[in-house]
Amino acid sequence: MSFSTGIIPAVLAGTALCALLRRTDGYAALTEGAAQGLSVMVKILPSLIVLLSATAMLRASGALQWLTDLLSPLLSALGIPPEAMPLLLIRPISGSGALAVGSDLMARYGPDSHIGRVVSVMLGSTETTFYTVAVYFGAARIRRTRYAIPAALTADAVGFWAASLSVHLLFGS
Amino acid sequence: MGFMWIWAGMVLLSVLFGIGNGTLDAVGQAALEGASSALELAFGMTGAVCLWSAVMELMRRCGLADALGRLFRPLLRRLLPRASQDRETLAAVSANVSANLLGLGNAATPLGMQAVQRMAADCGGVASDELCRFVVLNTASIQLLPTTVASIRSACGSAAPMEILPAVWITSVLSVTAGLAAARLLQTIWRK
Repeated sequence: MSFSTGIIPAVLAGTALCALLRRTDGYAALTEGAAQGLSVMVKILPSLIVLLSATAMLRASGALQWLTDLLSPLLSALGIPPEAMPLLLIRPISGSGALAVGSDLMARYGPDSHIGRVVSVMLGSTETTFYTVAVYFGAARIRRTRYAIPAALTADAVGFWAASLSVHLLFGS
Repeated sequence: MGFMWIWAGMVLLSVLFGIGNGTLDAVGQAALEGASSALELAFGMTGAVCLWSAVMELMRRCGLADALGRLFRPLLRRLLPRASQDRETLAAVSANVSANLLGLGNAATPLGMQAVQRMAADCGGVASDELCRFVVLNTASIQLLPTTVASIRSACGSAAPMEILPAVWITSVLSVTAGLAAARLLQTIWRK
């Protein structure tokens, strides 16, 4: 049994034991948590439909290939698979757009391929930067955000590069 | 409005390329197929998303979020020394960070908003260095279990949806560090 297959049973068993020992009303927490997950899915599904449709159009028309070829020298030099390019463009802007593009890439190349893994790590270790900045600075009534956006985009760029690097180091190829 | 541009841009680019490449038939077909593949994807991943959301909620109520918050408090004190002097701000900040670590976006956002409102109380609409740092911390995702991605991976037929875990951790740490380092550097150049 490897680490990655063992982690799911371990997390489930650990949580179950913790809830029993702490005597929390665990079952209510479970069903309420599941309901929250459901409402998240219901919330993102409409834009997932619209954006996955548009992503499929881009792929079928050949435009996605053109965009990929356009930036491929730069990305290859950094060790990032050029196929991941559409994800880099949409990730900071739209969360459901990133899910649409990411799942399209995983469906096309396979989730356990090199590209599929890099795309997974990129999705798992970055956020919808512009949305987050807008929400927090909006709540704080900040008009001058100074260097927050450049710094946040630096984190994204390094995340994209590090995703390719870490997959290369941990899985080879 | 921004999203209208994204969608319109994608559709118009596709149609232009469809005309140029003679792939217009395929483009129309793909529009419909893409829409139904969104439902297939949602069908495949909703169960896993809900299960993880259930487990994470239970972890939070067991006190794991509080424990994580305590664990990260010394680090947060160093990162946000001024905000940490106020007990309630520090409580909101560490609750936000631990909800993010557990992937509870629904809980993290209101906590983070509470924290930034307290931090920005006397800044007159200009982001302070600590506020910038806190926002960077939130835009760089730091999550113990990347459950949404794992759910997509299993919906796409992955043999080991969680195998990416160590790579995600390494990447997250590098990305957050780079963001904070960039903030430190820019802080000295960018005058208020």
